[in-house]
Amino acid sequence: MAWLSKSLNSSLGKKLLMAITGLFLVSFLIVHCGLNATIFLNDGGVTFNEGAEFMAKNPIIRTMEIVLFGGLLLHILDGLRLWMDNKKKRPVAYAVVDGAANSKWYSRSMGLLGTLLLLFLIIHLKHFWYFSRLTDNLTEEHTLYNEMQAVFTSPVVVIIYVLGCISLGYHLLHGFQSAFQSLGWNHPKYTPTIKCIGAAYAIIIAALFAAMPIALHFNLIH
Amino acid sequence: MEGNLNLTLKIWRQKNAQTAGKFETYQVSGISEDMSFLEMIDVLNNRLIEEGDDPVAFDHDCREGICGMCSMYINGRPHGPNKGVTTCQLHMRSFSDGQTITIEPWRAEAFPVIKDLVVNRSAFDRIIAAGGFISVNTGNAQDANSLPIPKDDADEAFAAAACIGCGACVAACKNASAMLFTSAKISQLALLPQGQAERSKRAEAMVAQMDEEGFGACSNTGACEAECPKGISIENIARMNREYFSSVFTSK
Repeated sequence: MAWLSKSLNSSLGKKLLMAITGLFLVSFLIVHCGLNATIFLNDGGVTFNEGAEFMAKNPIIRTMEIVLFGGLLLHILDGLRLWMDNKKKRPVAYAVVDGAANSKWYSRSMGLLGTLLLLFLIIHLKHFWYFSRLTDNLTEEHTLYNEMQAVFTSPVVVIIYVLGCISLGYHLLHGFQSAFQSLGWNHPKYTPTIKCIGAAYAIIIAALFAAMPIALHFNLIH
Repeated sequence: MEGNLNLTLKIWRQKNAQTAGKFETYQVSGISEDMSFLEMIDVLNNRLIEEGDDPVAFDHDCREGICGMCSMYINGRPHGPNKGVTTCQLHMRSFSDGQTITIEPWRAEAFPVIKDLVVNRSAFDRIIAAGGFISVNTGNAQDANSLPIPKDDADEAFAAAACIGCGACVAACKNASAMLFTSAKISQLALLPQGQAERSKRAEAMVAQMDEEGFGACSNTGACEAECPKGISIENIARMNREYFSSVFTSK
């Protein structure tokens, strides 16, 4: 297996790992966003609570939860490793850099966006994952939906969540299509479609997630 | 060739690889807009020599955009503000009177400064030597059309082979990555029948050398493609990824 670790430690291997874990996290976000979007059914969170309970009880989902944390950790550590390696490659910085002339700012800021996302995730996991998985506070009278309503009464929390969603949107806008490029999937037949789906995915996911704290805070859903 | 452009130049001056460099500011006047950027530096250098100063060292050879020697980072961009040209093909009409122009060498761990604006790009040669070659029999060259090659493949290989190895991709990349250069060299051979004999080992060998030279990884920003004077596409980088991993996972 020395050949595998050698390849995964090469500049191309690090990107392959980034792409695979990234696309895995992309698939998770579809499930997460889809389930949470049931709060917009205006049924007082009944469907949402049923979904949340299924996710908490189902053994396959619980196993995938561990895989998910593993994938997230790999994505973070690999990103950190790439960032540390890459910044050594230009020891003397340019005095003038016109980055906007040749690339998008968010494509050059994936590490920064990822760090913001990580900070947001710590807050987010404390709010909901810790509350529902590691405490006994979840009851028939106080459901996860009720907890969401409670958490998003604070305008500061809503602002943090919206900023987190904006970071997520830009991270996905570059990350989605970038993952396919790292996997070697660049072809005139598919690449325009991949870029289109990536942009739509990034905007829809970010907008839907951002709409949730806003809607709950302003009592736009019942 | 007299003109009416008066410019302020901030040029990186560095005696050699061992000493630290710094920016020096020069005024040049009467520059013609028909001059190339290098001719404008020639005017400055003539003056510096007359005044007994050390002229600005810079790389140049053909001055017609095909050799890949010129390598100036001008106002934050490799080869300056225009698309699809090298510094020698950049003309002073792209600048305006009174403008300040900052000129720096390519900045990369793998491209150490030799003097002023001249950097050592021999890392590229070592990447080529690691696998960017084909084996041919000695004796008479065989008939050019004895190997049928689809026109599309020939065109794509030719587009990759247009790379002049100037290093603008490394200079433009935020990670000083040499992926566009290396992938172009891998692609031009992977697409043609002549390149098949060494194909399974080529990408692994060249990527290993590229990493050893101290070039960074790819963030897929596309800056290299945008700044490449020869319009090399990042499709080549995707092909390199395919070549590399198909070799890694299938070679014995």
